[in-house]
Amino acid sequence: MRIDQNSIQELQQNTGINVNRCYQCGKCTAGCLLADEMDYPPSLLMHMLQTKDEELMQTLLHSKTIWLCVSCQNCVTRCPMSIDIPQIMDYLREKSAEEHKINPKSRDIVAFHRAFLDSIKYTGRLYEIGLVAGYKARTFHLTQDVMLAPKMYSHGKLPLVPEMVKDKKGIKDIFRKTKNNPLNSPQEDLQQP
Amino acid sequence: MQDTQNSPFGGKGVIGFYPGCSLKGSSSDYSESVLAVAKAFDLELTEITDWNCCGATAAHNMNKELALSLSARILALAEKQGMEEVVVPCAACYNRLTVVQHELNKDAELKQRVVDIIEMPMSGNLQILNVMQMIDKYVAPRLEEKAITPFAHKVACYYGCLLVRPHDILKFDRLEDPQSMDILMKKSGAQPLDWAFKTECCGAGFSVSRTDVVAKLSGNIVKDAADRGAEAIIVACPMCQSNLDMRRPQINEYLRENINIPVLYITQAIGLAVGLSAKEVGLKKLFVPAQFA
Amino acid sequence: MSKIGVFICHCGENISATVDCEKVAAEAGKMDGVEFATDYKYMCSDPGQTLIKKAIKEKGLTGVVVGACSPRMHEPTFRKACSEAGLNSYMCEMSNLREHCSWVHEKSEETTDKAVDLVRMLVEKVKNNKPLNAIKVPITRKALVIGGGIAGIQAALDIANAGQQVIMVEKDPSIGGHMSQLSETFPTLDCSQCILTPRMVEVAQHPNITLYTYAELEHLDGFIGNFKATIRLKAKSVDYSLCTGCGECMTKCPSKKIPSEFNEGLGKRTAIYTPFPQAVPNKPVIDRLNCTYYQKGKCKVCQKVCPTGAIQYDLPDQFITEDIGAVVIATGFNVLNTDFFPEYGYGKYPDVINGLQFERLASASGPTLGEIRRPSDGKIPQKIVFIACSGSRDPAKGLPYCSKICCMYTAKHAMLYQHKVHEGESYVFYMDIRAGGKNYEEFVRRAIEDDGVNYIRGRVARVYEKDGKLIVKGADTLLGSKQVEIEADMVVLATAGVASPGAEELAQKMHVSYDAYKFFSEAHPKLKPVETNTAGIFLCGACQAPKDIPETVGMASGAAAKVIGLFSNSELTREPLIAVVNRSAPPVFSTCVGCFMCQTACPYNAIEREEIKNRNGEVIKTIAKVNPGLCQGCGTCVAFCRSKAIDIQGYSNEQMFAEVMALLNV
Repeated sequence: MRIDQNSIQELQQNTGINVNRCYQCGKCTAGCLLADEMDYPPSLLMHMLQTKDEELMQTLLHSKTIWLCVSCQNCVTRCPMSIDIPQIMDYLREKSAEEHKINPKSRDIVAFHRAFLDSIKYTGRLYEIGLVAGYKARTFHLTQDVMLAPKMYSHGKLPLVPEMVKDKKGIKDIFRKTKNNPLNSPQEDLQQP
Repeated sequence: MQDTQNSPFGGKGVIGFYPGCSLKGSSSDYSESVLAVAKAFDLELTEITDWNCCGATAAHNMNKELALSLSARILALAEKQGMEEVVVPCAACYNRLTVVQHELNKDAELKQRVVDIIEMPMSGNLQILNVMQMIDKYVAPRLEEKAITPFAHKVACYYGCLLVRPHDILKFDRLEDPQSMDILMKKSGAQPLDWAFKTECCGAGFSVSRTDVVAKLSGNIVKDAADRGAEAIIVACPMCQSNLDMRRPQINEYLRENINIPVLYITQAIGLAVGLSAKEVGLKKLFVPAQFA
Repeated sequence: MSKIGVFICHCGENISATVDCEKVAAEAGKMDGVEFATDYKYMCSDPGQTLIKKAIKEKGLTGVVVGACSPRMHEPTFRKACSEAGLNSYMCEMSNLREHCSWVHEKSEETTDKAVDLVRMLVEKVKNNKPLNAIKVPITRKALVIGGGIAGIQAALDIANAGQQVIMVEKDPSIGGHMSQLSETFPTLDCSQCILTPRMVEVAQHPNITLYTYAELEHLDGFIGNFKATIRLKAKSVDYSLCTGCGECMTKCPSKKIPSEFNEGLGKRTAIYTPFPQAVPNKPVIDRLNCTYYQKGKCKVCQKVCPTGAIQYDLPDQFITEDIGAVVIATGFNVLNTDFFPEYGYGKYPDVINGLQFERLASASGPTLGEIRRPSDGKIPQKIVFIACSGSRDPAKGLPYCSKICCMYTAKHAMLYQHKVHEGESYVFYMDIRAGGKNYEEFVRRAIEDDGVNYIRGRVARVYEKDGKLIVKGADTLLGSKQVEIEADMVVLATAGVASPGAEELAQKMHVSYDAYKFFSEAHPKLKPVETNTAGIFLCGACQAPKDIPETVGMASGAAAKVIGLFSNSELTREPLIAVVNRSAPPVFSTCVGCFMCQTACPYNAIEREEIKNRNGEVIKTIAKVNPGLCQGCGTCVAFCRSKAIDIQGYSNEQMFAEVMALLNV
């Protein structure tokens, strides 16, 4: 077991959370709606962090758990120690993406997020058709929901033309400036689909 | 622009409106119903000029600074356009904007960094209202008297995760078993039911990438509402509505039974209660049809 | 003219290893006013003390400075030695050459120099010392015990059996407290009322105990040995001198639907009532808030059926005043109700109950006569879930502490359930098992090993109701955090122990400290568990912190012992190191201007006002006066006094300046 004090300190510096406060009561897992899909439910994830074991940290960065969390806040709401688990999940997600450690089974989820951000980068507002196109290009799930699109269109829920922000440069600048954040995703992920 | 001198709301100034991407896209019925109800109660909402996407789940999952900056730009724009209050019907956008404003107010260094990124000043003093708060403030006082066609049905009010949590930041309603929507529905003539899934997540952003998870989570919600005898599920979040309504075929497949309870936005239900037509509140856009008007 | 003796101790090697004691003694001998100086290996020993006594007698010393260890160790030793040699003990001071010098420095010339300086400071102080005598305060030998639970009962009996008078005040109509509500007690599963009621009767019949029930403390004035307690006797509407306890009134009372406090809301009582059949005194009171006569002016059935005419409406509350020497606080605690928990239903589910309610169900004299039944439909639950740590150990809910007794009583409840419902399934969701008392661990193991209670390590995120069942969503952390869902018939929450209602007001009335959770504060967490910071007021039992019965009884006897010790003398002796307001000849009388900032500042309420009168009895001025029985010598008043009229005996401004100047003038 190799102890890496730095990783926990880094977590605390970035999120302000002291993982040692968790006394492993399990209430978070008990109320987590995604726990049975996860490989490491939230209370187990907390204990893995508490061990400060380098290997276990890597395991978490490679896990499905961090991408399955929907940040519904059930856990932190009920946690007797008020530990902000969704923030820890966000932190681990950024780190996992930056270090290219995304679990293969979670690629679809990440692809969706990236396609979403791509769409905003160029129009400032979400263009649903663009989003789905980008998602399919990344995942090759070309036939997913094909029956849904016409129904959505006929119900007036699928605008064909994107809504655009006027200050496109402003939006692009925001993306460019936050790109240099050490916890940012690497450049190639923000290219056009 | 609102005539501030003669405004029934005491000349408070412009009340901003942030629709967010869903209300302009796949949840345009929500936008229609919100604006229709506002009009029926003489509430003038001014859309923020040149607003951008708040980043929703994708941004804070992938890049913290990007998430803060996108939301901050919206807040800065609202302030610049003289708004003190902004109505945000989408629960996710409401949650992001309120949480981001709180986080930046808490940390001066972080605020400065974000202000530098968006190149706009931001004071962080906006009053951000979710749809329930907007209704409570501007509609509820006259709702009972104006409810000429009461929405006399048994309803399960579904709040979703983002309206009441995190409680210490949002300070809205109560954490478990919230009551604000139930009270409003009662005023509209409905019979709100006590049920167990008021704040359990519907599956959120997994609609496309993990439709099976949405089928399960939303399925459990629909099933409990149906078991308790609900005739409709009332929501205040476009994501929830979409998951519970548009994904009903997948839900029915998961539950192995066909449940046909429609999912209405609260503004649609209130709109119907005060006599607006089905078309005015965008009722035709529902996937699971609602035969209420 | 001062003739001071200086005695430097080597303290074995503790001081002499780093300080040159001989040199210090030599230097001391050269100081102005020092008549005699010497050093010795162990000053506190018999020969050492003899050395001091001899010097006092032979050299006619007027003061003594002992350079040795901390005064906290041996000041009483040396002062006693001086006193035995005929020198007033307060003319003896110690200079701490050990903790303040030799133990914190390396051996060097500077260290020795510092030791010399320390001795010089005390020599200059002693030159300003005045002889002082211990203060004697008279004592009233009567104790007031507030609270009639097991803690109060034990304390009262101990004090009464020692021959002293006791007044017991209990706010409920009967004594007995929470212990009378329990079914069985751990770890022996003794019937709680069977072991308690004999004590209750003893209290009622004891010649030395005066029992006031349905009464509360209204005021407490005075100080140790000399308190004055005003007690409010709430109007019972029943004359106890006529009432025989026959119970006819209770049988005939038409208001039968009032939720019973004794049964924690699970049963009903009448408006004229005794809390339970074994109540002491076994005579009823009328609950005016729920009585038809008091609320609507009609009825009076009880008065009609009473064979002795004991019902007397419309009497007001009475007040009595008693002189008291000591107070024992034994007001007990409470447990949270289920409405405290949003995730467990905000109290709206009748089948989610707390531990005390379960006790009433399990109790043979309870609303279900000892059968475990669901409050909603009266059926016997086949699956029951116990949730430990409900509210305790929960900083998010504002209660970070552990309530100590819940692990044990949860195991007990689960065992009782299994004994009564053989085919039933019980589950306990726990975080840790705290079973630290004698035979406690073995008790819990019996629940797990012999009675088949299922212990699951993890907490419950929420409980909701569906189709008459309670759905419990928990987790098993020992299985790698696996979710566990149970469809239960009943859920029992082991809710946190909290301060009893009115604790804060009572503490403020008596000027007793209390903590953030309104539990009363002991004077020292380790060494003074039954005393408070207010002299003469003691505490015992769960009012100080949640605890079990053996600890409560032990503490109660401890508090009683303190009281008995206090009463063993007819006078109280106290150290004279207290504040004194100066007095001088007329027409000044005192430099005190009567601003009473000291009175405001005093944390011990020790400052009173004294009227100075002329020969005609007219008041000339009102000045401050220190109550020697209460003053603790903290010196806050001295700091506040703007006319320097108040000073601490033994630590006067003069003495303090002398010490400081001794250091600066060299």
